[in-house]
Amino acid sequence: MSFKRALLALSISALTVLPAAAADAVKIGMITTLSGPAGYLGQDVRDGFKLAMALEGGKLGGVPVDLVVEDDGLKPGQGKQIAERFLSEDGIKLFTGIVFSNVAGATVPDIVDAGAFYLSPNAGPSNLAGKECNKNYFVVSWQNDSLHESAGQLATNLGYKTAFVLAPNYQAGKDALAGFKRYFKGQIVGEVYTRLDQTDFAAELAQVRAAKPEVVFQFHPGGLGITFLRQYEQAGLMKEIPMVVAEPSMDGVTLAAVGDAAIGINVSAHWNSDFDNPANKTFMDAWNKTYNRPVTYYASQGYDTALAYASALKATGGNIDDADAFRAALRKADFHSVRGKFSFGPNQHPIQDWYALKVEKGADGKPVIKTVGEVLKDHGDAYSAECKM
Amino acid sequence: MTLFLEQLLNGVQFGIMLFLLAAGLTLIFGIMGVINLAHGSIYMIGAYAGTWVAARTGSFWLGIPAALAAAAFAGLAIEFLVVRRLYGRDHLDQVLATFGLILIFNQAVTMIFGRQPLFVAIPSLLDGSVELLPGLVYPVYRLAIIAVGLLVAVGLYLLINRTRIGMLVRAGSTNREMVRALGVDVRLLYTLVFGLGALLAGLAGFMAGPILAVQVGMGEQILITTFVVVVIGGVGSIRGAFFASLILGVVDTGLRAYLPGLLRHVMVGPDADALGAGISSMGIYLLMAIVLLIRPKGLFIRNS
Repeated sequence: MSFKRALLALSISALTVLPAAAADAVKIGMITTLSGPAGYLGQDVRDGFKLAMALEGGKLGGVPVDLVVEDDGLKPGQGKQIAERFLSEDGIKLFTGIVFSNVAGATVPDIVDAGAFYLSPNAGPSNLAGKECNKNYFVVSWQNDSLHESAGQLATNLGYKTAFVLAPNYQAGKDALAGFKRYFKGQIVGEVYTRLDQTDFAAELAQVRAAKPEVVFQFHPGGLGITFLRQYEQAGLMKEIPMVVAEPSMDGVTLAAVGDAAIGINVSAHWNSDFDNPANKTFMDAWNKTYNRPVTYYASQGYDTALAYASALKATGGNIDDADAFRAALRKADFHSVRGKFSFGPNQHPIQDWYALKVEKGADGKPVIKTVGEVLKDHGDAYSAECKM
Repeated sequence: MTLFLEQLLNGVQFGIMLFLLAAGLTLIFGIMGVINLAHGSIYMIGAYAGTWVAARTGSFWLGIPAALAAAAFAGLAIEFLVVRRLYGRDHLDQVLATFGLILIFNQAVTMIFGRQPLFVAIPSLLDGSVELLPGLVYPVYRLAIIAVGLLVAVGLYLLINRTRIGMLVRAGSTNREMVRALGVDVRLLYTLVFGLGALLAGLAGFMAGPILAVQVGMGEQILITTFVVVVIGGVGSIRGAFFASLILGVVDTGLRAYLPGLLRHVMVGPDADALGAGISSMGIYLLMAIVLLIRPKGLFIRNS
């Protein structure tokens, strides 16, 4: 009897000791979109993040890190549920990963209200940048509007006078068109909202043709963009009406799928694979060695997010219980971003440069996205004034 | 006017794609009484198999038999391994089992092909666009889809209404026991019907490839619309599926194309666009609700 009891006591103590031992590694919860047509976006965010960890041998800023990844399936409700589980059952305090603004809108408030940190590797919806900003909410990628503001500026720089704009009917789509219009000096001759699950754009393309704009701006991330571009080309519009887009509509995967049809498209971006800085060289070398597939800016953002966490973990020696110290360390953004110059603005969203890229025929005959100039310098966002922290 | 005609063609072409999916679905649902959510997965399998073969061999045309074979094989396997056990069961069990199949197929395709979309080029014969009327330029490939869909519709009509198999299928759907009593192997008949439905889904998937992106989850995007077609057309009616597909295709395209413009006459631009987009994405469901109110069994329910 006493032997049994001893055994029981031993196993219980083992149970309580084991998690304590594992708790040495700082847990980071990643909620991201891995399934469905947009699954490759989350996959690249995750793999970029993992790449930064791998380069440090499973650590970030010298602190062992345990990355827990869950798929939100592009469903806001599912993202929220995962966040609740991560918070209450796993006691996770550091979060990242969300790709889509509608998922972020449902999930991020729960996370920051619970006192945990969220570093966005992609989505930066306007409401969370302004009035609803939070001291524990950081965005490493961009504020949604900036992507499209830079495209608007690029279209203006290229001298276009009339534009037709299209985006899916959801928060990021509305932000996109608002952002483009804020910096485009010409006239908008047509504005169309598509469905987020739309697969056939023939009706919209016919409207574009009828409106005869000088340029088309469209925002369709992931698989949507591939579909849109291919149908645009098949309708014979690529030769008639040039296109200016922001980077979500023309990433490495889109280009690989669309091929030569994409040549001539103007893109505005905050990062490109050909950026000439040491951090980006390290990243690109590691990516090409590790993964046998095109790199996207989602991967670069996942990587940068890991670096941002690494900088704060390093400064605090891995102590995340002192939230104020951890936050102060994060705010310094003391890391070398793959995009070059980078800092956080007053609402903890990026202040960064935006570049003009163009799809051209590369040396090997395959189309490549080339950096050709600058569009905006030290660009923040329009909402930071509304943010009171 | 040319814009209107172009939108009409767009609607017809979308409708034809829906028909290829809905025809299989309505056969399976109406005749066998099985709700098969995995129909979209078969569409995806057809698209992946055909696209993969087309990319490997460099020939679009070789992709067609590959897509058909893979989809039919997947359909028969699903029927044999899963659906066969569900004929007598509740619809809820069928939904649950076939939903599970969606997850399994999506994961399997992700593991084999990865998450990045596949690409298939349009064959040079069907590439480019033709000027149908002065000012009305339309992609050849979309015209080809319309042609193939119409051929399939005619073929199905003849099969169901003019052949012995078709007669048994019709009879089996109204009175399964009577057909069995006459010595017909109903089980084999069901397997054939399921295989035929899968074949059509695979064809639709492969034909959609060059227009849409071939990607994981592509089947689910269109599946709900397909169910709406089946409900509007009348469960089990191929004729119903055909006309409901065309109606739905044209209504959906028309709403998307013209509603925001109409609303802009009564309200400011961005609001009109957002509201128009909202209503047009609900349009087919509103249509379904109206049809169900007037004719609860669908527009083209078969005479029994």
